[in-house]
Amino acid sequence: MEQILANGIYLGSQYAMIALGLTLIFALMNVLNFAHGQMYVLGGFVTYTFYGQMGFPFVVGLLMSCVTLFVLGALIEKFLFGPVIKRSSREESTMLLAAGLAFFLDAVILLVFGEKQRGVPKIVDGVFNWDFRLIMPYDRILICVLAIISIVGFILFMQYTKTGRALRALAQDRTAAQLMGVNVDRYSMIGFALGAMLAGLVGGLLVTITGINLGMGGPTSIKAFMMVMIGGAGVISGAIAGGIILGFLEAIGLAVLYQYGDITYLLIFVSLMIFLAFRPQGLMGKPWG
Amino acid sequence: MKRRTVLKSAAAAAALSALTATGALAENPTLKIGFVGVTSGPAAAWGISNQRSMEVRADWINETGGYTIGDTTYDIEIVSFDDQKDPKRAIAGMEKMAQEGIHYVVGPNVDDGAAAVRPVAEANGIMYFPYAFPKSLYSAPASNAVLGMVANYQSGPAIYKYLMENEGVETVAFIAANESDPLSQRDGGVAAAKELGLEIVSDNITYQVDTTDFTPVLTPVMRSQPDLLVLSGVSPANAPQLIRSARELGFQGVISTETAQDAQVLREGAGDLANGFISVGGASTPELASDMMREFVQRYTDMFGEYNDESNTKVYALEYILETLKADPPAIDDVDAFQATMDTFEAPNPYMVGDAKLRYVGMTSFGQKRQLAVPLVVNVYQDGEFETLFVAEVD
Repeated sequence: MEQILANGIYLGSQYAMIALGLTLIFALMNVLNFAHGQMYVLGGFVTYTFYGQMGFPFVVGLLMSCVTLFVLGALIEKFLFGPVIKRSSREESTMLLAAGLAFFLDAVILLVFGEKQRGVPKIVDGVFNWDFRLIMPYDRILICVLAIISIVGFILFMQYTKTGRALRALAQDRTAAQLMGVNVDRYSMIGFALGAMLAGLVGGLLVTITGINLGMGGPTSIKAFMMVMIGGAGVISGAIAGGIILGFLEAIGLAVLYQYGDITYLLIFVSLMIFLAFRPQGLMGKPWG
Repeated sequence: MKRRTVLKSAAAAAALSALTATGALAENPTLKIGFVGVTSGPAAAWGISNQRSMEVRADWINETGGYTIGDTTYDIEIVSFDDQKDPKRAIAGMEKMAQEGIHYVVGPNVDDGAAAVRPVAEANGIMYFPYAFPKSLYSAPASNAVLGMVANYQSGPAIYKYLMENEGVETVAFIAANESDPLSQRDGGVAAAKELGLEIVSDNITYQVDTTDFTPVLTPVMRSQPDLLVLSGVSPANAPQLIRSARELGFQGVISTETAQDAQVLREGAGDLANGFISVGGASTPELASDMMREFVQRYTDMFGEYNDESNTKVYALEYILETLKADPPAIDDVDAFQATMDTFEAPNPYMVGDAKLRYVGMTSFGQKRQLAVPLVVNVYQDGEFETLFVAEVD
């Protein structure tokens, strides 16, 4: 039981971080960012390059992932999503753009970083072993703590800074925020950049545990969408709840159901379908969007 | 003056056309060889090593004047199609090859893709060279598929036997991704292990192919305390994470797989925890490699920046196709002739030292010669590099 709880907390914290960026972008711009997983992968490769290849401290690699993805996110919003949203009121335009962006980033990552799985040296050696009842490598514990600190930091940023308040106002009512003097274009760009940066941050954190490869983008996006659907699209607390719930479902399913084969995700998908049939807006979302 | 200028221009144009035409006449005709395989997603490394090996070899041939088959010297063109590991896409890829008049295709890389393209290949006169293991692809009445590597049911027993004799292994646990290739490889491995007298302590644990955290997956396997943990059909992307999780969970036995792996990926992903990991290597070792193999590695590295050990095996398919066509030029657009030649074909192996031969094998496993003879090299990972554990032959 202790192991299941620890695995659940660890998985939940990393999943929550992945979902945060996706839901932020959706809340601000009503964009389903299919390229979120690719941004996560790119963040992992940037940390890999600076920490794993060039020998800089891990913190520098992580910082570079954040900066790179923040800048990339800002450029993508400024030159791609911003203009498309202004010119087209059809939601599928941004969906297609996001899908195209995912393919484009996949191609760029293949060209720049290659097709192989990449990994970096462990940031902390050793394994915590409590009488074989609870086994957890120290680097996982550290990454879990860092993920929780990042989530708390993000919530505080959104609650107590001017930028955070502006972003929340934008998410609640774009027109009203504009009438109140919020520079919508500027904060849309900042919001998208922050969402991309969160993807880069979690990619940089997890490259130390899971490594990174070109193919991780698509599955990461799918899991992120699942978490957002569980918690409620566009709601920060919903994304965190969705991530933690998915993490615990996965940890419990793998521990309890293993003798029946690989049915954990099958059951999670079935549960999700039933859940959404009764509550399509998710746990914390509003039925009207 | 104006008229003279026009005349001069016309003469210059005519001369240029003549020169171009002469140049065109001097160019070799092109022989297209196809590749249908996975070059994106988690298993991209498998297909990309195929595609790049073919491109490197084709460039090399073209650079040195082309490849002579019968009385004609051809430039080699590689036509590639990413099937994304999706059988439907693999069929589309094989249909594209048929539309382009291509008769020789390398790939697909996985079982379901290789099975899916069989009707298209047989209906359109295409010989294809999969890296997939189902025996039905290569046994009669199937006719057009040729296995491009050593299968797990050929390498697995050799590895288990070695470990029983040298490491005292008595119990074994299997873990596989929940998709067709790894599952069929697991089933083949379980059968082989049982036949050798090993006790199977766990064989029903599977994981999603996109799993990134293997600790929860491996925890129940570790409770069974096997002497040997077999990672059936594990992809290079997942192997380091599985090894790392198993070792961090306290597993001290032997870990092995029957798929090819990459030393750098293991070093980066698992570090010293991967020491002792046994896998099937690319079909070459420093002791076996000829000068031509060394040049191939150098050219590959120059072209793509980094070599992939799997290409030691993947380099062979194109060579076999071309050498067989050279032995029987009418086979260039007649796969029946190609199949007839396969039974007796033999040529010097340019990638190995000594008197090694290129030849088709597979009589023992398939009842007909539908497999490339490449060396079975079993490696053990140690401190960042593969060391050769033993080398064997199939058939």
